[in-house]
Amino acid sequence: MKCFSRYLPYLFRPPSTILSSTCHTEADIISTVEFNSSGELLATGDKGGRVVVFQREQESKSQPQRRGEYNVYSTFQSHEPEFDYLKSLEIEEKINKIKWLPQQNAAYFLLSTNDKTVKLWKISERDKRPEGYNLKDEDGRIRDPSTITSLRVPVLQPMDLMVEATARRVFSNAHTYHINSISVNSDLQTYISTDDLRVNLWNLEITDRSFNIVDIKPANMEELTEVITSAEFHPQHCHTFAYSSSKGSIRLCDMRQAALCDKHCKYFEEPEDPSTRSFFSEIISSISDVKFSHNGRYLMTRDYLTVKVWDLQMENKPLETYQVHDYLRGKLCSLYENDCIFDKFECVWNGSDSVIMTGSYNNFFRMFDRNTKRDVTLEASRENSKPRAILKPRKVCVGGKRRKDEISVDSLDFSKKILHTTWHPQENIIAVAATNNLYIFQDKVN
Amino acid sequence: PCCAIGPPGGADGDDSLYPIAVLIDELRNEDVQLRLNSIKKLSTIALALGVERTRTELLPFLTDTIYDEDEVLLALAEQLGNFTMLVGGPEYVHCLLPPLESLATVEETVVRDKAVESLRKISQEHSPVDLEVHFEPLVKRLASGDWFTSRTSACGLFSVCYPRVSSTVKAEIRQHFRTLCSDDTPMVRRAAASKLGEFAKVLELDYVKSDIISLFTALASDEQDSVRLLAVEACVSIATLLPQEDLETLVMPTLRQAAEDKSWRVRYMVADKFSELQKAVGPEITKNDLVPAFQNLLKDCEAEVRAAAANKVKEFCENLPEDNREQIIMTHILPCVKELVSDTNQHVKSALASVIMGLSTILGKDNTIEHLLPLFLAQLKDECPEVRLNIISNLDCVNEVIGIRQLSQSLLPAIVELAEDAKWRVRLAIIEYMPLLAGQLGVEFFDEKLNTLCMAWLIDHVYAIREAATCNLMKLVEKFGADWAQNTIVPKVLGMANDPNYLHRMTTLFCINALSDVCGRDITTKQMLPVVLKMSEDQVANVRFNVAKSLQKIGPVLEKITLQNQVKPVLDKLATDKDMDVKYFAHEALSGECLPYEYKKLQWSSMLCVLVYARPQLLDSS
Repeated sequence: MKCFSRYLPYLFRPPSTILSSTCHTEADIISTVEFNSSGELLATGDKGGRVVVFQREQESKSQPQRRGEYNVYSTFQSHEPEFDYLKSLEIEEKINKIKWLPQQNAAYFLLSTNDKTVKLWKISERDKRPEGYNLKDEDGRIRDPSTITSLRVPVLQPMDLMVEATARRVFSNAHTYHINSISVNSDLQTYISTDDLRVNLWNLEITDRSFNIVDIKPANMEELTEVITSAEFHPQHCHTFAYSSSKGSIRLCDMRQAALCDKHCKYFEEPEDPSTRSFFSEIISSISDVKFSHNGRYLMTRDYLTVKVWDLQMENKPLETYQVHDYLRGKLCSLYENDCIFDKFECVWNGSDSVIMTGSYNNFFRMFDRNTKRDVTLEASRENSKPRAILKPRKVCVGGKRRKDEISVDSLDFSKKILHTTWHPQENIIAVAATNNLYIFQDKVN
Repeated sequence: PCCAIGPPGGADGDDSLYPIAVLIDELRNEDVQLRLNSIKKLSTIALALGVERTRTELLPFLTDTIYDEDEVLLALAEQLGNFTMLVGGPEYVHCLLPPLESLATVEETVVRDKAVESLRKISQEHSPVDLEVHFEPLVKRLASGDWFTSRTSACGLFSVCYPRVSSTVKAEIRQHFRTLCSDDTPMVRRAAASKLGEFAKVLELDYVKSDIISLFTALASDEQDSVRLLAVEACVSIATLLPQEDLETLVMPTLRQAAEDKSWRVRYMVADKFSELQKAVGPEITKNDLVPAFQNLLKDCEAEVRAAAANKVKEFCENLPEDNREQIIMTHILPCVKELVSDTNQHVKSALASVIMGLSTILGKDNTIEHLLPLFLAQLKDECPEVRLNIISNLDCVNEVIGIRQLSQSLLPAIVELAEDAKWRVRLAIIEYMPLLAGQLGVEFFDEKLNTLCMAWLIDHVYAIREAATCNLMKLVEKFGADWAQNTIVPKVLGMANDPNYLHRMTTLFCINALSDVCGRDITTKQMLPVVLKMSEDQVANVRFNVAKSLQKIGPVLEKITLQNQVKPVLDKLATDKDMDVKYFAHEALSGECLPYEYKKLQWSSMLCVLVYARPQLLDSS
């Protein structure tokens, strides 16, 4: 394992292009971003229900340094706005999550979900097209049937590469509440979809049946104290999955024990520190994302102010806790008033599980090196995205004297938030979604 | 690529070519249905093209058309399995391999499976030489393909070529199968596990012992639950192949481990395959190993496993070695079964109820009366209707063992009790089982014990019960015949026409509606019709308009002359009734008199009709 911590802060070099839409509307806001298992493809979903897939440029001998640019490969409308007439509810087209399936043949497959419906998409290439009709001539004119004296079999001719996206399966009608996450099992046969109160297990090939494996809905909804915020399968153990709750706890379930996983087998929770208890304690302890490390030993959770790493063998406290933006602790009141306190930040591991990354406000995002315990704040913005430039670390100062290059807490822009990020599964390439812009940064090539 | 067609089509020119030309063009039509239609007529196209052009033009085109919808590809994969003659017979059958090979790599499982099925089929049409020159290389290509889709397909092809190739190629095939059993992707391991039994069957016994057993053991301890559970299935075939003395060392350790697997899904699979496993391992091992294993499965902590095991109780007991079958059941199985009767999960109870009655034939009269009857009784009173239904629908096998008298003494009170339950939904459930019971118990017993109940339901105070009761009568008449109806139920039904309660009088009409068809013209004309006609003078308007409706219903059963002389005058009179609704239905009946009779179960819509027209102020004056 190469140790990148040697040169923290990361020398992330922005590519020459920032992928963004020119007109900035609500529908263009990126709502999820995800690399596939090889890192060759990157998918984003937005509030308008679109999925954009980027493909990494193939390495060329003449310009080896250009390797790494991601270009648009396919764009398609995954979900449309709908209306549930029975419940008088509008169903947004916003893509909540995208998960890639491991490649199984020449085509690529991904799952995309909005609040209610999960879809399996196939993205495939076509470079041949049949030519030659019997009843029409070359120009498409209908031929006189009496002139047909022989039969022609169409012949496939090369054509310009065309990338098609087709919906292969639609998994619907299984969720009463809003789907917050989907996760594919390592058996590559099943996946789970999770809403606020339930986890459903699906077979990827069967759309008319799903199994409810977790249900935390109380008989009386007034007794509801906790909702599920996110769930994920273990990367290797097909029987294990974890789900996080709004109360700051994580439950690990073993699907071998019983068909219903209402009883967890492990419960991770950190006892609350009474000295810091406040009105906001419960809100800020709500977990917005849970991710297994690639090696399956750790769980990472993100709450409003921190990222925590848990060892699966230790339930009573996290192994590591990283402050993402502790300087906001004094501003919780105003963050509550502008609803920012409910923002759901995601978190990601790098390929070797040694570094973690998560977002913040003012288009800042944070990285923590687990080995050296060093951390860095970087900014995704057009201004400092000159080609070949190296991202400069940013600092936020709290009160008192502000040094040059530092930014005061009071001047942070809370409308610019980085909620969704993803890390290339092997290399140091990250993709950061900042409202309608997607920034792809790459580690400096030595 | 446009050339004149040979003699078969060329002679009579355009007329015969045109439809084929359309079919070929529609292979690429935008409408899936048209494409599908063309693919389904692929043999017509091939026949018109002749064998040579089919081989050189049509098949290459089809090989590359894997972009299509699943249903089109599925149809194509199926067609190609029957294409041997169309490409020129067995000599050229290998030309079909390329298109099937590309279909065997698509992502859609049903299409792949169909392509494999067709490949297996045409493999039989290959000569031994062609099999080694063309078919076996294809299997190898698939087995070492980049994508798991092709490797999964390969798993299903080994067993068809293995018996027909040389020993060197056999060794290669075994090696390929070994490799796939430890493939990186769980899909391929699953495919290999599911074909393990089939492959074992074509292998020489020595290789089964050396190769298959180690693969089986490895798959049965795979990290993926979904792979381990498929190994259980393979266990059945492997155990059948091995001599008894090898089972203990080669198969049993793995089977024991599977029966106690950490994952309930694997244990479920063991329970589900239990009868097959029992047959495969023979009586000795069953006695020593499977009995305790089965006990554990019946007591499993997961309800799904208990239900699967409960389903097998009868089969398992039946297949126990006869010499000490009874003793094993009484001491080992029955105690577990007793516990399942009061299981917390209704699926478990319902699974048990569907087979438990079968134990009586195995255990004989005395044991049944002493040990099983209490269990039947408990299940008959279960809160879950499915459990009760499963018991009632299997009463006949107990009947055979203990006789109808014994049965009536013990079970009937329970049924009667349910029939008079205070909750109308419970009564409804029992009514629905009545025709089934009647069939199992026979007419004599029915008349003696149950007939009174069926008639009592007709005057139930809940409409849904009365409605179900009329429907029940119809089904009983279907079972016991018109003669029985005439003697037992028709008099009682008609007697109700004089009941002081107008609701009961209406029930008479509803019964007649339901019964006229099954009772036939004779009974309807001679017995029912006079009563209906007389009721047209009823003082309650609801009864009168129902008379009009009944006349319309039974009309088609009656003779023309009866309609003319008896029915029409009454309807004419009702058509001038002072009540608006009576008039309306009389007119309806007069205009629709000859509509074909179609019995429709009285449903909520008809009940709605009663509600709409019911006028309480006209309630019977008495």
